[in-house]
Amino acid sequence: MTGHVVPRKIYLTIVIVLLTLTGLTYWAATIDLGPMNVVIALVIATCKATLVVLFFMHARYSPRRTRVVIISGIFWLALLLGLTLSDYLTRSLAGRV
Amino acid sequence: MSSQAASPASTPPPLNYLNAHYGIRSWLLTTDHKRIALLYLASVTFFFILGGTFAGLIRIHLLTPRGYLVTPETYNKLFTMHGIVMIFFFLIPSIPAVLGNFLIPMMIGAKDLAFPKLNLLSWYIYNLGALFALFAIINGGVDTGWTFYTPFSSLYSNTSVAPAAIGIFITGFTSILTGLNFVVTIHTMRAPGMTWFRLPIFVWAHYATSVIFILGTPVIAITLLLVALERLFHFGFFNPALGGDPILFQHLFWFYSHPAVYIMILPAMGVVSEIIPTLSRKPLFGYPFVAAASMAIAVIGFFVWAHHMFVAGQSPYSALVFSLLSYMVAIPSAVKVFNWVATLYKGSISYDTPMLYALGFIGLFVVGGLTGLFLACLGVDVHVHDTYFVIAHFHYIMVGGAVMAYMGGLHFWWPKITGRMYPESVARVAAVILFVGFNLTFFPQFILGYLGMPRRYHNYPPEFQVFNVMSTAGASILAVGYILPMIYFIWSMRYGAVAPRNPWPGTGLEWQTPSPPPTENFEKTPVVTWEPYDFYNRPDLGLTGPEPPSPPGSGPALSPAGDD
Amino acid sequence: MQRTGELFGQFQNLDQQREASSLGMWVFLITEVMFFGGLFLAYTINRSAYPAVFAMASRELDVHLGALNTGVLILSSFTMAMAVWSSQQGRKKQLIAFLIATLVLGGVFLGVKYVEWSAKFHHHLVPGSSFAFPEAHGDVGTIAHAQLFFSLYFGLTGLHALHMIVGVGLLTWLLIHAARGRFTAEYNTPVEICGLYWHFVDIVWIFLFPLLYLIDLHR
Repeated sequence: MTGHVVPRKIYLTIVIVLLTLTGLTYWAATIDLGPMNVVIALVIATCKATLVVLFFMHARYSPRRTRVVIISGIFWLALLLGLTLSDYLTRSLAGRV
Repeated sequence: MSSQAASPASTPPPLNYLNAHYGIRSWLLTTDHKRIALLYLASVTFFFILGGTFAGLIRIHLLTPRGYLVTPETYNKLFTMHGIVMIFFFLIPSIPAVLGNFLIPMMIGAKDLAFPKLNLLSWYIYNLGALFALFAIINGGVDTGWTFYTPFSSLYSNTSVAPAAIGIFITGFTSILTGLNFVVTIHTMRAPGMTWFRLPIFVWAHYATSVIFILGTPVIAITLLLVALERLFHFGFFNPALGGDPILFQHLFWFYSHPAVYIMILPAMGVVSEIIPTLSRKPLFGYPFVAAASMAIAVIGFFVWAHHMFVAGQSPYSALVFSLLSYMVAIPSAVKVFNWVATLYKGSISYDTPMLYALGFIGLFVVGGLTGLFLACLGVDVHVHDTYFVIAHFHYIMVGGAVMAYMGGLHFWWPKITGRMYPESVARVAAVILFVGFNLTFFPQFILGYLGMPRRYHNYPPEFQVFNVMSTAGASILAVGYILPMIYFIWSMRYGAVAPRNPWPGTGLEWQTPSPPPTENFEKTPVVTWEPYDFYNRPDLGLTGPEPPSPPGSGPALSPAGDD
Repeated sequence: MQRTGELFGQFQNLDQQREASSLGMWVFLITEVMFFGGLFLAYTINRSAYPAVFAMASRELDVHLGALNTGVLILSSFTMAMAVWSSQQGRKKQLIAFLIATLVLGGVFLGVKYVEWSAKFHHHLVPGSSFAFPEAHGDVGTIAHAQLFFSLYFGLTGLHALHMIVGVGLLTWLLIHAARGRFTAEYNTPVEICGLYWHFVDIVWIFLFPLLYLIDLHR
């Protein structure tokens, strides 16, 4: 027994979208959008990663347990980054010690 | 608890995992989780003795205020190597790799773990990392403290930092692969009828521990890798002269190393949760709460790491958040303690050796845990950070808690593992000696720390000598408490009484296999129809106990569950 | 001899074995997320501290090669997914073709990476005593922070490349066994789980490309 069979058309669509998004992120980087440049780049990258996870890695067709594992990983990465940043970003609030 | 008469010498012993195959290759190339557990037992015991030796040298050196045993530089190496060896090569693997490996498949009704070859590989990876660490020791040691704070470790220390860091990095994969194996096994290989809420708490505890293995260990791996890269290739992340930040190292280091302490205590709590119901012949009180508390400790334990950095220069607002979260993580631990005590209440308690260790665990863990709350308080921590107060706190949990539970677990499951009983009277005496020696060693250290004696110092003011001498005296008694079991466990393998299938008796699936079990654990996959720790309603085990004690003021006693 | 559906002794049936293998690989990938995560944290902290120098240093990277590599990896993810599909259909020849395609694309990526790294070595952009950053016009702080950028560059792309090499090894192993007819419509678990690994390595690069190559590109 193998896993869910995804139609080839979907793979083809996804790869075209991914390449388009890559072009989009390159183009967006050539325009000065101030602080939004980073945000847009990360949003596009997140979209691309999501598509890979959902369709190429079959997360969309996987049992709930797999999705819990994926969400936990993302949450823990966010925890590492976020809670550490809570130190760095609030240091200037305290003034010099 | 009765032991059956030893079988006559003429009948050959039945086939079990110990005698199924002979020869060193059958051990070194085994994929049987039970044999791998014993391989780990040998490795971690070696490192326990090594780490204990370093501790002994430290305590002897600290008998006098000026300290004449070793030079200051050597002293720094002693406490560093003591920490590295004990934490990474003994405590973190101990219960999961020895007892977890041995018991989890049996407890869930499976023939082995999900990935037996990966299990064996994990042991070899442990040994490879251990070799690097031993090389670092022989090459002159490391003097950075087990915490490897930068920029001293990444730039200025002249000792074998890179080999030690690489050794810990490699051994980290043991944790990751073991955690992976446990999670997948528990999710996918439970026997029919073994639902999540029929699992022994030992399994829940190891599941929670595995979550920490999986999510935390990779971070220490990359951190130590970066330290090694900084030493070898001058990367600069932690070097202020290059614009790097030493505090970044501390964040990365403690993100793992705080949850690591829950790696060390959760399996111990799992052991205690098996011993207490069994040796009080009473179901575990509040099973769902104990299971949930295990998961809560694992999760919340990841939110508190910067309480190790209150005085390091982090933002005070951040410190406030971490202090609050540190108070919250104590709650599930307390829930467990209350549930254990409630289990004991009105139980039919037998003071066998495992129960002595479990009772000792409860008392000492409470002391260690409460003093942790003192440290979580920002104002107090400013005063006692980096003093012997901290050392006493974590030794109460790690030794008074984790090691005592490990000893209790070894005794509790020794009959299953070896097919022999350990000598009960000697074992009880050893347990008491251990308890006395432990308290004499570490309670004075609370006082020392409160009075201001800093940790990691090779000398101290003369007025602290009394407590230091008490502590060293205690350490010598503690050592006796460890040596005795080593002797009688080995003795028991040849001369101990032959153990029955279920000596205590316990209600878990592991007690339904012969002692020692056959290689495949079960002849056919068991089907589970009973609830865990049901000491009142297991006629198949000879357990139709008294009616459960009725809650106070509830009127006539409830009839036994058999009526359903 | 075609071996199909080989059940390992510790499992009760093939479904359980497949479930376990898949869950095992996903759990392993989560550990990889946290492993790279530490480096991403170092990147985040340092870039927020030195945004201007990071932008300056980023311009030393060849954004066209970076974009090319991004496209190459995305295509390789497509061919890998098609390889898994082929194995599910039991189409051995197609499976082999797509595995080879994925291998070739992976090789292209590594080749481009080699070219990029050689250029860095040539231009003295490797952290250490030979590091040189003329754009700083001698400012010590700028040179130091530029070194930090390149430490992150080599750390992140190096770790990623290591994982790619492991991936290439896995693909080679898959190719050998596919050629021997080991994978069928009933049993293709190794292809599936190696696919998961390969896609993960692609995802890491999807983030590395904008973070390393596209900083303030508009200037």
